[in-house]
Amino acid sequence: MTATPGAGTGRTAVEIARDVRSGAVTARQVVEDYLARIGAHDGTVHAFLEVTGEAARAAADAIDLRVAKGEDPGPLAGVPVALKDNLCTRGVPTTAGSRILEGWRPPYTATVVERLTAAGAIPIGKTNLDEFAMGSSTENSAYGPTRNPHDHSRVPGGSSGGSAAAVAAGFAPLALGSDTGGSIRQPAALCGVVGVKPTYGAVSRYGLIAFASSLDQIGPFAATVADAALALSAIAGPDQMDSTSWPRPFPPLHLDRGVEGLRVGIVAELSGEGIAGDVNARVRAAADALSDLGAKTDEVSVPGARYALSAYYLIAPAEASSNLARYDGVRYGMRADAADITEMYGATRERGFGAEVKRRIMLGTYALSAGYYDAYYGQAQRARTLLIRDFAAAYESFDVLLSPTAPTTAFALGAKTSDPLTMYLSDVCTIPTNLAGHPGITVPFGVGDDGLPVGVQVLAPALGEPVMFRVAAALEASG
Amino acid sequence: MAASLSRDDVVHVARLARLALSDDEVERFTEQLAAVLEHAADVAGLDTAGVAPTAHPLDLVNVLRDDVPRPCLDRDEVLAMAPAVEDGRFRVPKILGEP
Repeated sequence: MTATPGAGTGRTAVEIARDVRSGAVTARQVVEDYLARIGAHDGTVHAFLEVTGEAARAAADAIDLRVAKGEDPGPLAGVPVALKDNLCTRGVPTTAGSRILEGWRPPYTATVVERLTAAGAIPIGKTNLDEFAMGSSTENSAYGPTRNPHDHSRVPGGSSGGSAAAVAAGFAPLALGSDTGGSIRQPAALCGVVGVKPTYGAVSRYGLIAFASSLDQIGPFAATVADAALALSAIAGPDQMDSTSWPRPFPPLHLDRGVEGLRVGIVAELSGEGIAGDVNARVRAAADALSDLGAKTDEVSVPGARYALSAYYLIAPAEASSNLARYDGVRYGMRADAADITEMYGATRERGFGAEVKRRIMLGTYALSAGYYDAYYGQAQRARTLLIRDFAAAYESFDVLLSPTAPTTAFALGAKTSDPLTMYLSDVCTIPTNLAGHPGITVPFGVGDDGLPVGVQVLAPALGEPVMFRVAAALEASG
Repeated sequence: MAASLSRDDVVHVARLARLALSDDEVERFTEQLAAVLEHAADVAGLDTAGVAPTAHPLDLVNVLRDDVPRPCLDRDEVLAMAPAVEDGRFRVPKILGEP
């Protein structure tokens, strides 16, 4: 199985929407093609926790009816989209990959899903993830791992591994994921697809099951940069239901403006020690390709990138321990029977959460406990400010920054499950962006020594998506 | 920051977090959490005197929407997803001891 763009139907999302709007193909036919491919191959890949075939067929027929009546169903007309299973979908099971939410059907729908469907897109299913988005391999799902479509003995990355694998396997032309420390970009890189972490606040988090609220951001997976831009443009923009959403319109993304004269900085701290040689070689090749297109490339130092991982593993667990306090067996999800309420809380959470989630709740509760709050969480939040200053200094001399997306290509299932710290290092290249609140995109750029995909990451300052997408489009064209 | 994490610390934190951990988990977490906290020492070493903490990268303060009544979640739909309900409310096990 290969990750050719639009492998499900031989068309990209841009082409599907164009053809559905013109009547050249029906949305129903598009949906049937993808459902058939899921039926044939997802038994092996396990990208989906739930395939919503009947609802997708009904939505497709409604789109086709509108086209027949001469209406325009929108810029994503008839485009199937896979949704990470931490995005709430009213009436459709939403588990966050956890036993504690098994069987839960949300009473409301996430803003991003409402916006996609309003633009004509068709949700086709819910994808697998590390429990509550905590992990880098999708092996922490309570419902079993997802396999990398390029090599079934390897992980797809994580935590949005199901969404990355769905696009890579041609099960859907588009998918949504969430990225708290790299959970969109790292699996996209390992699966050879495009993945975008937008500026914090660019996309509403309403209806996203919260992990670390000051870092979480929803974004798209796609086979092409143009498809990712189409999806992001549909979901971005202010939302009254998210007080952290940026209150002004999201800027338009133009992919055809080239990179001539742009200044591209290669992040020194993310291109040496700890990064595999074959991955570094692809980043150098990407820089050379941009130089050939008229960009000016040079190395740049972002000193804070060295301690970003440490700061992240104080901040994210602290916020998670607070967010996950709501899973107490009272209002939703599972409950373990016990004689009194305190015992019920403890037993429900002990049985309902997996090992990694418990580990992070413990770490976060410790970091927030009396006497440690300022030393851990407070210090880490101040470290974010220092990191943002380092980025600001770099962006005085450069328009975008370039780095690997992940330190290695896809690793073997089981290779890192016994050592949490080793697993955490998978996100060393992506975490600095989350802490800064900046956008990042990964674009497939060739393969490593093992023949598996390598992703190159383009970073930009807050709300710098327009220049970031220009560089991504240039890399895609020359990759 | 604390130099190391003891087994007692882990038991205490598990109680705060309402997690009825097994003895095996307490052992394992004592070791694993200590390793992560040790890795965090580079953050502890930063000079952050006079540096303000960051929680949002964009300049947003007290965002409020217009105070207009709007539909809320459907009560029956919400209660239908609860582990136990009674008379339109969430039912929980005993909260207080016998009088």
